[in-house]
Amino acid sequence: MAKTHVTMKVNGAEVEGLVEPRTLLVHFIRENLGMTGTHIGCETTHCGACTVDIDGMSVKSCTMFAVQADGSDITTVEGMANADGTLSALQEGFRMMHGLQCGFCTPGMIMRAHRLLKENPSPSEQEIRMGISGNICRCTGYQNIVKAIQYASAKINGVEFREAAE
Amino acid sequence: MIPGSFSYHRPASVADAVKLLSDLGEDARPLAGGHSLVPMMKLRLASPTHLIDLHGIAALKGISRSGNNLVIGAMTTQHELLASEDVAKAMPILHEAALLIADPQVRYRGTIGGNVANGDPGNDMPALMMTLGATYRLEGAGGGRDVAAADFYQGAYFTALEPGEILTSVSVPVPAAGHGYAYEKLKRKVGDYATAAAAVVLTMSGGKVATCTIGLTNVHETPLLAADAAKAVIGTSLDAATLKKAAAAAEAIMAPAADARGPVEYRKHVGGIMVTRALQRAASRAK
Repeated sequence: MAKTHVTMKVNGAEVEGLVEPRTLLVHFIRENLGMTGTHIGCETTHCGACTVDIDGMSVKSCTMFAVQADGSDITTVEGMANADGTLSALQEGFRMMHGLQCGFCTPGMIMRAHRLLKENPSPSEQEIRMGISGNICRCTGYQNIVKAIQYASAKINGVEFREAAE
Repeated sequence: MIPGSFSYHRPASVADAVKLLSDLGEDARPLAGGHSLVPMMKLRLASPTHLIDLHGIAALKGISRSGNNLVIGAMTTQHELLASEDVAKAMPILHEAALLIADPQVRYRGTIGGNVANGDPGNDMPALMMTLGATYRLEGAGGGRDVAAADFYQGAYFTALEPGEILTSVSVPVPAAGHGYAYEKLKRKVGDYATAAAAVVLTMSGGKVATCTIGLTNVHETPLLAADAAKAVIGTSLDAATLKKAAAAAEAIMAPAADARGPVEYRKHVGGIMVTRALQRAASRAK
């Protein structure tokens, strides 16, 4: 099948490549661009490990073709650190609250939480849980992931983070 | 899991899309949000040789008022439905149901047109559209036509869409002011299709049900209107005996498939419970 030339902005840089129409966006990001932070988990649109941010939307990149992303502005987990290389509030939250166990789901969790906090900078615990309902953690649970997002929300809003009493 | 090879087309107008579909024949498929089709292609359960991506057609997007109807472009996403003030005010049941579809990432991409046109019995919007009395606009090489949602579904994945036709918009009459509504969906987990779901839109007068429509999701190979169940509650105050009668009337027309969501009897049983709950919640919201 003839390949198509695509260009897009990924983490602020213009990139281009040749793709078959059937090339999934997640494969383009991982294989053509060499950015392996975006993970392939279930491959069936359930687990959310492949979540990236496209033109202001959280998207499961295993369920979109690279050719459809031609001309898009994409952020992956590699683009999440601050400009000076320090960790963003969300990354810091996942580190400080230990919002991970094996870490496989973490890039997708961070990318989804990134868009959630853009749309709602002060989500309730319930809103966080609904907001990340398309991201599955198979290790243990969501308690510390929720705390990590609450930590980031507090930091973004310039207030002190207090853990809720158990 | 990588789909088979296909040619990709991105028309800029409905006319171009229709022309491509009719020129390329039966192996061409329109691509909307893709959250049903792309997974099917990865599993090689679908292998279209041409994909006609509708994302480049601006005319298929947006929500507008036309008289007493809300006209929703086929490529309007569930996320956009949830963000719409018009939808929240005029038909909050649409908001309630959209929030129960899949998960946030899927709702950013999933479209109303894809949801209603695919003919998947598990999709939530078809029964809702039947309940609301919606009409679908279909465009083909020979021109356009309108088909009532209630006449559109002929079997699992079989609809009134003719080869070469595209569903371009959904026109939904705004329900009466003060109406009560509820979409009750039982599912195993967030993101799942319904084990059974029921949509109710009703009006009350003097403590009694004046008008009522009930739709059912995923309890048959097509979405259903439970007309006898609706008839059973009109003129009543939804007392326990009436609710029981309505649930039984709804269960009588259900014919779900046994699957991982449960055996037939279970799915019918919980389908009746969804009807009961939706009726009660809708009545409690009616003004």
